[in-house]
Amino acid sequence: MDFSAINPTVLIASLMVASTPILLAALGELIVEKAGVLNLGVEGMMITGAVCGFAVAVESGSPWLGFLAAMAGGAVLALLFGVLTQLLLSNQVATGLALTLFGLGLSALIGQGYIGIKPPPVGDVNFGPLADIPVLGRILFRHDIIVYFSLAMVAGTWWWLKSTRAGLILRAVGESHEAAHALGYNVIGIRLAAIAFGGAMAGLGGAYLSLIRVPQWTEGMTAGAGWIALAIVVFASWRAGRVLLGAYLFGGVTVLQLNLQAAGLAVPVEYLSMSPYLITILVLVIMSSDRRKALGAPASLGRVFHASS
Amino acid sequence: MIRLERRPTPSRLWAAATPILAVVLTMIAGGILFAILGKDPLEAIRTIFWDPLFNEQFASYSRPQLLVKAGPLILIAIGLSLGFRAGVWNIGAEGQYIIGAICGAAVGLAFYPMEARWMIFPLMVIAGGLGGLLWAMIPAILRTRFNTNEILVSLLLVYVAEQLLASMALGALRNPEGGGFPGSRNLQQYPSAANVELISGTGMHWGVAAAFIAVIVAYVLLTRHTLGFQARLLGQSPRAARFAGVSPNRLVLICMAISGGLAGLAGLFEVTGPAGQISIDFNSGYGFTAIIVAFLGRLHPIGILLAGLLMALTYIGGELAQFMLGLPSAAIQLFQGMLLFFLLAVDVLSNFRIRIGRREVA
Repeated sequence: MDFSAINPTVLIASLMVASTPILLAALGELIVEKAGVLNLGVEGMMITGAVCGFAVAVESGSPWLGFLAAMAGGAVLALLFGVLTQLLLSNQVATGLALTLFGLGLSALIGQGYIGIKPPPVGDVNFGPLADIPVLGRILFRHDIIVYFSLAMVAGTWWWLKSTRAGLILRAVGESHEAAHALGYNVIGIRLAAIAFGGAMAGLGGAYLSLIRVPQWTEGMTAGAGWIALAIVVFASWRAGRVLLGAYLFGGVTVLQLNLQAAGLAVPVEYLSMSPYLITILVLVIMSSDRRKALGAPASLGRVFHASS
Repeated sequence: MIRLERRPTPSRLWAAATPILAVVLTMIAGGILFAILGKDPLEAIRTIFWDPLFNEQFASYSRPQLLVKAGPLILIAIGLSLGFRAGVWNIGAEGQYIIGAICGAAVGLAFYPMEARWMIFPLMVIAGGLGGLLWAMIPAILRTRFNTNEILVSLLLVYVAEQLLASMALGALRNPEGGGFPGSRNLQQYPSAANVELISGTGMHWGVAAAFIAVIVAYVLLTRHTLGFQARLLGQSPRAARFAGVSPNRLVLICMAISGGLAGLAGLFEVTGPAGQISIDFNSGYGFTAIIVAFLGRLHPIGILLAGLLMALTYIGGELAQFMLGLPSAAIQLFQGMLLFFLLAVDVLSNFRIRIGRREVA
């Protein structure tokens, strides 16, 4: 066993990459839940995004078109959920599960011809001499654009929810859809928009996995990342800043256990591989046991809205 | 203008008709899907739904498979349905299924090569059920003690169980005479532990028998026992349930215990029967498909029985279509997902009336 092979600087840099898919998906789900909708289909939207992005990137040779396609794919799938839960008033938990099962099947079908192919590479952003600063340069200035985009989205989401009128309306819809409806806001329209945004973000997160992090397409490659994103929203008590914390914590555990595997720690690989899931559960327990923190949940979360009732 | 008007009580007619409507719609959408994949849609649908049962060439193999596949689906779905009625969302049945199989197989392998079927097989069944039950108790206790969301915990535990399965297949339960290959001894070849076919040529094994018993017990529980009533009450109106003296925590524990136990049993019967051994890829998604079965059966025991058989048919027909027409296996997975979507979509008809025209002034 050789722990000296684990370099803290590289560890932090790679945890940022490992966290990005979950961070993106969790930010999307945060907006959805703030609008009072519980979409449990994050896993399905992520994997659909992963395969759509991969397929389009390989066919067109452009990873950027791939990312766009992934966002579109995720949003279309999310709108399917939106139509069912908002217009046909189906149960959100069941429909979210259906979305995940559907997405897993759909992605496997689309992805059949793409196993074992390498996608077009995505380069890191060129910061010139900044990238050569010891330690900090490796951590801050040697990433691809999506990592910076995800960090910008954290700040953007925080600011949008807190300081804009649109953010206020979205929160009003999530806290009390009857009151928002009485004030003349289009509850269903706002929710559909939030759901589509959540889908696009989940799709982008999925494509980040298949195009940059792995980069390859394998069936079921999200391996629960969507569910962890859902858990992180709860962990964050529905706050954008804490979503970042949660995602990086999870990414840190993932990267650390991979490093420990590589360093040959005397614990079987399977037990190290299950550690991110166990830690997510542990964190969920700690966060939910404190009743005050659970108050962050939007009051109308998961409730069906029907104007006449 | 089309608008929806809530029915005072859900329509009984539509409640029974919607699953059938959903199946028809799925067949149409599936036909379009198969056509896009370049297969003759009618032939594909016939291969999936008709040939396994009535084609002379395949039926002799396929018919018994129907019960083999339907058994675990029905057993798990029956357990899930009680919880779903009460608003207790155990979606980690796949994990409980795996743990049940591991525990049961471990007990059986511990006795190897002793011959005492009267003792070993029942002990394995108990261990399997108990294993699944205890695994389901983790999300249940976390929910009742710490208010943790049982949906997320039960699902995350599936991934933990899968890793545990891999570790067992490679480590503790590996066949010492297997030449280093992963996987346990074959329990089918160990007479004291084998889950044998009860009536030869029908596919009827102990797991299928357990599924039928579960259907009957669940029916009685739901219609004649206060537990079924309390579950329905808690699901439909948590506030009313509390006034009526229903303890939500107690019900969460009971629902999770039942669903986990039955999923564990399903895993045990699978590992001792059709699968034969603990291997890395032993689980095949029954725990997730059972969720579709539970909804398709409208959370009613008889409905689940029929839905389980139908879903088993899509598995067998899917395999046949894969073999005969080269239809990708993912297409069947997608087909099953679509079915749940359509079901949830047409469900609106049983709770709402569709009114076309202007709103009348009340």
